[in-house]
Amino acid sequence: MNSNTPSSSAGGIGSADTTGARRNSKRPKYSRFTQQELPACKPILTPKWVISAFLLVSIVFIPIGVVSLYASRDVVEIVHRYDTDCIPADARNDKVGFIQSPRVKTCNRTLRVPKYMKKPIYIYYQLDNFYQNHRRYVKSRSDQQLRKTGSENDTSACKPEDNNGMTIVPCGLVAWSLFNDTYNFTRNNQLLAINKRGISWKSDRDHKFGKDVYPKNFQNSTLIGGAHLDPLKPLSEQEDLIVWMRTAALPTFRKLYGKIETDLQAGDFINVTLENNYNTYSFDGKKKLVLSTTSWLGGKNDFLGKAYLTVGGLCFFLATWRSIIFVMESESRSLNKLLTDILVNAFLGTT
Amino acid sequence: MDLNLNSQFESGNSPLPDFIRNSSSQRSTSSIQSIYSKTSGGHAVREVGFELGSKPSVRHGSRGADSERFSSSYKEINDQDARLVYINDPEKTNGKFEFARNSIRTGKYSILTFLPRNLFEQFHRVAYIYFLAIAILNQLPQLAVFGRGASILPLAIVLFVTAVKDAYEDFRRHRSDKIENNRLAWVFVNDQFQQKKWKDLRVGEIIKVSANESLPSDMVLLSTSDTTGVAYIQTTNLDGESNLKTRYAKQETQMKNPEKEKISGLIKCEKPNRNIYGFQANMEIDGKRVSLGPSNIILRGCELKNTNWALGIAVYAGRETKAMLNNSGAPSKRSRLETKMNQEIIYLSIFLVILCTIVSVCHGVWLRLHKDDLVLMQFYRKKDYSKPKVKDYNYYGWGMEIFFVFLMSVIVFQIMIPISLYISMELVRVGQAYFMIRDDRMLDEASNSRFQCRALNINEDLGQIKYVFSDKTGTLTENKMEFHCASIGGVDYSGGKALAEDEQTGYLARVDGQVFRPKMKVKVDPELLSLSKQKQTDEGRHVHDFFIALAACNTIVPLTVETSDPALKLIDYQGESPDEQALVYAAAAYGFMLIERTSGHIVIDIQGEKQRYNVLGLHEFDSDRKRMSVILGCPDNTFKVFVKGADTTMFSVIDQSLNSNVVKATEDHLHFYSSKGLRTLVVGMRDLSASEFEQWQSSYEKASTALMGRASLLRKVAYNIENSLSILGASAIEDKLQQGVPEAIESLRNAGIKVWVLTGDKQETAISIGHSSKLLTSKMTQIVVNNISKESCKKSLEDALLMCKKLTIASDATGGGSGSRMTEIALTIDGTSLVHILDTELEEQLFEVASKCTVVLCCRVAPLQKAGIVALMKNRANEMTLAIGDGANDVSMIQMADVGIGISGQEGRQAVMASDFAMGQFRFLVPLLLVHGHWNYQRMSYMILYNFYRNSVFVLVLFWYTLFTSFTLTTAITDWSSMLYSVIYTSFPTIVVGILDKDLSRTTLLRYPQLYGTGQRQESYNAKLFWVTILDTLWQSIAAFFVPLIAYWGSDVDGSSIGDLWTIAVVIMVNLHLAMDVFRWYWITHAAIWGSIVATFICVMVIDALPSLPGYWAFFHIAGTELFWACLLGITIAALVPRFVVKILIQYFGPDDIQIAREAEKVENSRESRDAEIEMNPIFHPPRR
Repeated sequence: MNSNTPSSSAGGIGSADTTGARRNSKRPKYSRFTQQELPACKPILTPKWVISAFLLVSIVFIPIGVVSLYASRDVVEIVHRYDTDCIPADARNDKVGFIQSPRVKTCNRTLRVPKYMKKPIYIYYQLDNFYQNHRRYVKSRSDQQLRKTGSENDTSACKPEDNNGMTIVPCGLVAWSLFNDTYNFTRNNQLLAINKRGISWKSDRDHKFGKDVYPKNFQNSTLIGGAHLDPLKPLSEQEDLIVWMRTAALPTFRKLYGKIETDLQAGDFINVTLENNYNTYSFDGKKKLVLSTTSWLGGKNDFLGKAYLTVGGLCFFLATWRSIIFVMESESRSLNKLLTDILVNAFLGTT
Repeated sequence: MDLNLNSQFESGNSPLPDFIRNSSSQRSTSSIQSIYSKTSGGHAVREVGFELGSKPSVRHGSRGADSERFSSSYKEINDQDARLVYINDPEKTNGKFEFARNSIRTGKYSILTFLPRNLFEQFHRVAYIYFLAIAILNQLPQLAVFGRGASILPLAIVLFVTAVKDAYEDFRRHRSDKIENNRLAWVFVNDQFQQKKWKDLRVGEIIKVSANESLPSDMVLLSTSDTTGVAYIQTTNLDGESNLKTRYAKQETQMKNPEKEKISGLIKCEKPNRNIYGFQANMEIDGKRVSLGPSNIILRGCELKNTNWALGIAVYAGRETKAMLNNSGAPSKRSRLETKMNQEIIYLSIFLVILCTIVSVCHGVWLRLHKDDLVLMQFYRKKDYSKPKVKDYNYYGWGMEIFFVFLMSVIVFQIMIPISLYISMELVRVGQAYFMIRDDRMLDEASNSRFQCRALNINEDLGQIKYVFSDKTGTLTENKMEFHCASIGGVDYSGGKALAEDEQTGYLARVDGQVFRPKMKVKVDPELLSLSKQKQTDEGRHVHDFFIALAACNTIVPLTVETSDPALKLIDYQGESPDEQALVYAAAAYGFMLIERTSGHIVIDIQGEKQRYNVLGLHEFDSDRKRMSVILGCPDNTFKVFVKGADTTMFSVIDQSLNSNVVKATEDHLHFYSSKGLRTLVVGMRDLSASEFEQWQSSYEKASTALMGRASLLRKVAYNIENSLSILGASAIEDKLQQGVPEAIESLRNAGIKVWVLTGDKQETAISIGHSSKLLTSKMTQIVVNNISKESCKKSLEDALLMCKKLTIASDATGGGSGSRMTEIALTIDGTSLVHILDTELEEQLFEVASKCTVVLCCRVAPLQKAGIVALMKNRANEMTLAIGDGANDVSMIQMADVGIGISGQEGRQAVMASDFAMGQFRFLVPLLLVHGHWNYQRMSYMILYNFYRNSVFVLVLFWYTLFTSFTLTTAITDWSSMLYSVIYTSFPTIVVGILDKDLSRTTLLRYPQLYGTGQRQESYNAKLFWVTILDTLWQSIAAFFVPLIAYWGSDVDGSSIGDLWTIAVVIMVNLHLAMDVFRWYWITHAAIWGSIVATFICVMVIDALPSLPGYWAFFHIAGTELFWACLLGITIAALVPRFVVKILIQYFGPDDIQIAREAEKVENSRESRDAEIEMNPIFHPPRR
């Protein structure tokens, strides 16, 4: 930020004191620390430092802004909302009734690929207005139970989904509400393979969800919250559950559903066969299907690039403004002279 | 004049609000009385008397606020209030009810009681109660926001650290108690003296103490090795006074020896109390009833000196001894900054309530809007279906939910009230105190006394002082009295000063082959010296009487000190008044050497001839009479009364008709002396006829043996004998100014501090000291107010006010702003006028006049008036006041002022004990205020603002998130991080900066005292700055919260990851904010700031490495993405740019003094280094200092 000359005002006084110490034994040995004269750097915001600081910020920020804006623009994203469209026309008056009914909920949609999409293409489902960060919800889980069979009964936090006569594994609202829409993609009547392995964090699979913990009594109470789990697969392999259990930070969120390991060409039509099972209708939640490529900065989001450009630009403007003033000042008189004048006014005038 | 003053005091109308009177009289009742001795020029006689046997217990200056309190002590002690001590019969004494044993316990705790008691004491602080209440709230299942461990951790840490500190201190106290209790004393048991541990000593036992031993308990003297029953004691441990004091055994017991005959008797004494200068009892022995006073008791902690042994009976033991009862801490004051801060904390509390209300109301609205959906919402699930009977799950109805959310939000947002600030402030003050104590520039090398911080919570007040009230004697001056000159018989002997060459050694006295010499040499006037050797002339006789008076009329005890030369002995005059010491040394120098003093007689060596005078009676100094007298039986069998005292009261008892020329001349001389700043005393005498003497003696004996109203009876006797005196002369004693006082006062004045001097001295003396200390300059217009009635006071105040206004207008007319320099006004006011002004409607006028004056001198003021003046300015001007003094008479003023400073000097330690800070010299006030005060104020102000900001920014980030969780107070930031935030993540840098940062160097601050004005104008902490800080906080929290929010909106980020981002972003931002404001970077500052950031990263990593927490490994995932780092950088810069820009704008458009001085410092440094190089090259440059 500014000057870096280590200086100390200990100089004269300090040396006088040390000689004094020799003469007079009463006076303690001079110590820079106790006399608060440790060497220090005293930065001062001189115009040069201010201008350089602003320039530095703008030099760093503007390129980053440009690069991230480009990165964001490079990301190809297909977002398709299907929650209303997948309700048969006759049931649209009572969506909740429809979703709770045992009717067939398969639904076919077609997506058009606007631009070339390079593999891997990530399939997300996006929920809006779903408060996965609601206090009642986030607390209703047992991390102990997920890890070890021994802690199976550690369900005190899981209410109201802790047991229904028998202990539920995995317990709690989070697991209970597991998302259960499914998607299948075909392109030109060819099935597009969805890779559902490795969509969750490796750390979660290895350490958080036990390899010997199997689902028990799951989703067998009166109210079904969402998906069922294969009781023969250990939790560490239930990747959809693992992804779901990483509760989202915000009420609008995406969860990784799988990956398509083929490139998609611009203009391709993709048919989606989806099972519209999940009830978001009771709280006006939206459901969207998202296909997206990725960049070094993540998904499509212009915000960061714009923010960087704004800050960088602002700093550049400030640097210019300060330089103009500085140049104008230097023309009329030197800085030292100015300072002396101010000092004289301040200290002699007012006393 | 004085009578007016008295009546004012006696009527109980002391010019002090009640609470001070109570507090000061509680703490140092005695101090207030003894003051009067000093105020009128050195008759400090406190508890010494020379009557044989029955010594009256005269209380000096026992008037004013204390008179009522103590009037009881003259009454007969009635049996209910009395403590009965049977001499040498501890069984019977302790039979009825047990008196305290002699073991003492200063330790507060035992092993068993430590935990409960220590916790109890710790929870006396409001801050901890708040902590605790929040932690308890959090334990309710409905409100459990944080994990149990996390919510208790911070409180636990603080409690634990404090408990360890307390335990250590208590351990040390226990250890010293143990040593003290196991000391041995000789106690009379089973008809012989045996050694007994102190703790086993009981009331009623006879104790034998040998020379240089400490007293194990308070004991009444029975007999001493001295045949007259005198014992000398030193009370250093009790009140710090190192001179010897005398105590007496009663004649009735002096001759008794318990080993030969059985002593039995009964002492009836007061209940234990903390007045160390008072004791009231009577003793029944051998059928006689004898009264006992303060001169018959020796207190625990005193040391016996110059006496081979002393026998006494223990009357108070252990915790009931006066020394232990007086063991109380320093007064606690609250700094002005802290008071202001508490105001802003109220704003913050309101802010907190608003936040909580918003959250709970929104939550209510949300519930209302979704009330039909709640059952089916996967993330709410209102009903519990697990039981056959379906019930609401954790839902208590709309209203209760709102209430719970409100309480929960209080828990989540708790650190909005910066509780950790109180703890940090304490730590910072300890650090600042350390540096003040260690400052070599405030080390008094003469007495080797360091600066002392007795109060730890008003460091920052030192930077805002507007008024300094200073005592004169001992504070501005050294209080080392030197006899300067004298006026004897109307002739002024102040001519020659030099010691004659051959007289270099001073006066010597030869007695039995031993040579005695006074310890201190005094310069003599050769003319007077030669006169003093003549006996025949009139003048010679006058001089003779004068010096006899000086040598005899006092309470000085001569002590002989061995020297290396066995034939030579030094005489050291010990006494309580430095003035008396100076006078006796002077008399000795002129050949009137006081050699011996016992209770019945004195021996004076007059020009080589030993003369014995019987001391028949002594009327001690008291503040009504302001004089003392001694009745001597001379060797020629005549009786004489010698009186010495203050001129105001002496001239009224001097027979003016006797020799009016002399009186007139003396008065002129007195005036001349005091104008030179000398302290004057008038000496008079009278020959007593045999009948007069007898009459006096009978009434004196009657008075001194009276059991009731002894003091007033004795005073009456004194009034009768002290009249129609013939004047002998007057003495002048010089009290030198302390080193560096004029310069210090100049600096303080330049710093915009108004210096007032409050003194007991005469007006002329005060004014002359004012001139010599540069307090008054010739350019000033002086206004003097000394009136004897209320009306005239009113009039002179009105005149003064008019004059002030006229002068101000005149100066405005002549030369605008700089013209005000020309018309400085000095006000001199005396104590008599103050009697009429303080506590009346005239106060307002005095205040108006005084606030227009640059200098105010108050002379002849009583101690309580000093406090009254301080209170006047403190309450009306609403400015910070500082009182500085050294004597007991300054105690009330020191306690009254916002900051009290004691000078640890000649006059004992009472001022120091009452003070907040203590130091060796007046001039240290300059570095203390201008340097340390400035630094402390600036540091503390910044720290408070910064802590407000630091906590609010975090709370706001939590609050913003609440808006996106349907107002349910989920925190993305982990519990542990929220708790560690103010404990580990951000606390160290602010403490380090609060202790170490310096905006300006010492040299600059001393060179430009005007820089002190920043503190007086409250530039570093005020409402404007507070609100600006809050605005800045708002912006920074928005930047820190919304950048990640928008950047991650609609992505698959999970709560823990983004929480980690917020945690780290806030911590970095907050630490860089501090870094931006640091003035001086030491390596410690670097370590603290960068260390904190690193520590935060480590803590976050550790928390995320626990698989049992939901956020397992989140940090490692998110830190692997570029977006995380891009957000971090963006947040930091975007958050801090506005602050940086405002800083630059202020610096450019409206720089403050500090900014200018900093730049000047920088320019100067670079110029100096350049100059140094040039100078160094041609010749070797000798060091300037």
